[in-house]
Amino acid sequence: MEPPERPAAHRAAFAPWDDPAARPLVVYDGVTKRFGAETAVVDLSLAVYEREFFALLGPSGCGKSTLMRMLAGFESPSEGRVLLAGEDLAGVPPHLRPVNMMFQSYALFPHMSVETNIAFGLAMEGRPRDEIGARVGEALRMVKLDGLAGRKPHQLSGGQRQRVALARALVKRPKVLLLDEPLGALDRKLREETQFELMALQERLGLTFIIVTHDQDEAMTMATRIAVMDKGRLAQIGTPRAIYEAPTTRYVADFIGDINLVEGKVTGAEGSRVSVMTALGDMVVAEASEPVSVGQAVAVAWRPEKTRLVRAGETGPAGSVMLTGTIADIGYLGDWSTYHVDIGGLRLKAALANAVRRAEDAVDWGDPVRLAVAPEALILLVR
Amino acid sequence: MMSPRSRYLDATALTLGFAFLYLPIVILVIFSFNASQLVTVWGGFSTRWYAGLWQNRQLMDAAWMTLKVATLSALLATVIGTLAALALTRYARFRGRTLFSGLVYAPIVMPEVITGLSLLLLFVSLGLERGFWTVTVAHATFTCGFVAVVVQSRLVTFDRSLEEAAADLGAKPWQVFTHVTLPIIAPAVIAGFLLAFTLSLDDLVIASFTTGPGATTLPMRVYSQVRLGVTPEINAISTLMIAAVTVLVIAASLATKRGAARG
Repeated sequence: MEPPERPAAHRAAFAPWDDPAARPLVVYDGVTKRFGAETAVVDLSLAVYEREFFALLGPSGCGKSTLMRMLAGFESPSEGRVLLAGEDLAGVPPHLRPVNMMFQSYALFPHMSVETNIAFGLAMEGRPRDEIGARVGEALRMVKLDGLAGRKPHQLSGGQRQRVALARALVKRPKVLLLDEPLGALDRKLREETQFELMALQERLGLTFIIVTHDQDEAMTMATRIAVMDKGRLAQIGTPRAIYEAPTTRYVADFIGDINLVEGKVTGAEGSRVSVMTALGDMVVAEASEPVSVGQAVAVAWRPEKTRLVRAGETGPAGSVMLTGTIADIGYLGDWSTYHVDIGGLRLKAALANAVRRAEDAVDWGDPVRLAVAPEALILLVR
Repeated sequence: MMSPRSRYLDATALTLGFAFLYLPIVILVIFSFNASQLVTVWGGFSTRWYAGLWQNRQLMDAAWMTLKVATLSALLATVIGTLAALALTRYARFRGRTLFSGLVYAPIVMPEVITGLSLLLLFVSLGLERGFWTVTVAHATFTCGFVAVVVQSRLVTFDRSLEEAAADLGAKPWQVFTHVTLPIIAPAVIAGFLLAFTLSLDDLVIASFTTGPGATTLPMRVYSQVRLGVTPEINAISTLMIAAVTVLVIAASLATKRGAARG
C-alpha cells in the first residue's frame, strides 16, 4: 500500500487522550459481561478517540474479544453501557451499527466471488449498481487484488483472503473498523509486512481502528494506545512507550517484554525518590509513579536492556545500583546478546547490543561480572 | 500382503453378498423385458409391457397421484425438517431440547404400522375426509425427521462467523438467511428433499392407512394387483420405480458430497 501522506511528526503530536476537550468516539462505561456463571468482563471503562489505532491486548480468555463483540453488537453488556459517538448502542442490532469487523477466520462467504464478497455490504445498503462497482474496484485496488475479482475464496492464498476480508470491512467506510486477531493466520514475514500496510492504510483513510491481539509485538508496532487486559479487567492503558517503560502493575511489567523483578520493602520515601530494601541490597528508585509509605511491600523492576555490564577492574557509572554475580548463560542473537547472571540466589537478565564485531573482549560463562542499573531505569511496582 | 487365497475368499464373499442384495431385483428387471405372458417363462426380449403401461389407466392414475403426493410432501417435509434442524443446532440450550430432538427423530425409528395407525386415528377423530391431502400430510410427517437429520449434519460444521459477518455488513436477519445460510446449506436441503421424495414414492404402509377412495398411490395399486397374480406389467412399472429411486438417491448423495467438498 502507499506510504503515509502525513509527515511522521504529526503522529507524534497525536494525543487526544491527553486533551480534556476531546470527545471520545467509543466509550465503554462500567461494562460487565457475564456468560452464565462466568464473568468475561468486569466493570470495565475505557475510551477510544477518533483516528486512533487502539489495541486490546491480553492472553486468550482475558475478555478482549468479548469487549470487541459488544461493540459490533454480537453480545450485549450485562451491566454498563457501550457508546459510539455519544450514542448508547443498547438494543441496536449488528446490521444497524456503523462499525465493521474483520473476523479472525476472515469469514469470507464461500459461495461468492471476491467481488461479490466485497460488494455484499454495499448491496445490503441498497446502493446503486454503478456506485457499488466503482467502490468495489477502488477497494480491490487498495488491497492490490485487482486481478482476482472473479476468484472464489478457496482459490486464494491465506494472505489474499486476509486482504479480501479487509477490503470487505473497509468498503462500507465504517466509523470504526474492528480487527479480531487480523494477522494471526499469516506467517511471520507476511505478518510484519501487513502490520505496516495496515498502519499506512489507517493513516491514509483517517479511520479509527480497534484491534484485538494476543501478540505484544503486533500491538507495540501498530497501536497509538494499548489496553492491557487481565481476567476481564483493564490492567493498564497507555501508549506503547508508557506501557513498556512505565508499567504500573507486576502483571503488565511481566506480560510486556522481558523484565527483572525483585521483591522488597519500602525503607524511605522522599517525593518521588523511594528507597527499597531488597534481597539484593538497598535500591533507590528515582521516579516512583505513585506514593508509598515506609514498610510497604513493593517490587523493584527494570528492563534487561537498561542494564550495563561492568567487568572486573572497571568502575561503574556513579549513582547506579551495582550488583555482583556470575554469568550463568549467554544467548547470542546476532544483534543482541542476552546474559543470564546469577546474583544473590536470583537469576537476572541483561541484554546488550553487539556493537563491536570482534569478540576478544567478550565475557564468557562463569565470568564474574557486575551489573549497573541507573536509578532512573528502576520501576517501582505496588500492585 | 494379502495371500491369493484370502483375496479369492474376499471376492466370493463380495459376490455372494451383492447377489443376496440385488439378485431378486435383477430378476425382476430381466422379466420386465420378457415377451411371454407367463411371468416365469422366458419368451424372448420385448418392451411391450412398457408400452402397455401407457394404456393401463389405473396404473397411470396411481403413478400420477404418487408423484403429486411425493413432490408436495417432500416440499413440506423439507421446510419443516430444515426449520427443526436450525432450531436444534442453533438454540442449543433451550428448555426441552432433548425432548424436542427425540420427537423429531421418533418417526424415523417408529414402526410404520404404528405411525400409519395413529395418523389414521388422528384424521378420523378430526373428521377429515381421507384422500390426497391426508396421505401428503402423513408422508411429510414421517419424512421430515430424515430431512432434519441430513440438514443438521451440515449445520453442525457451519461457521457461525459467516452469519455474523453478514449481519455486520448490514444484512437483516432474513437477508442473512437467504444470502448466506441457505446457499451454504443448500446441498443438504436438496439431499433432504430428494430423500423425502424417495421415501414417499415407495411407501405402502402409511399410505394404505391414511388414504381414501380416489387417492390410490402406485405402491398400493401394485400391491393390490399382485394379490391377483403377478403380471409382466407389474415388473415393468417396478423397474421404472427402481430406476427413479436409484437416480434420486444418487443425486442426493452427490449433492451432500459436493456441499461437503466445497466446505
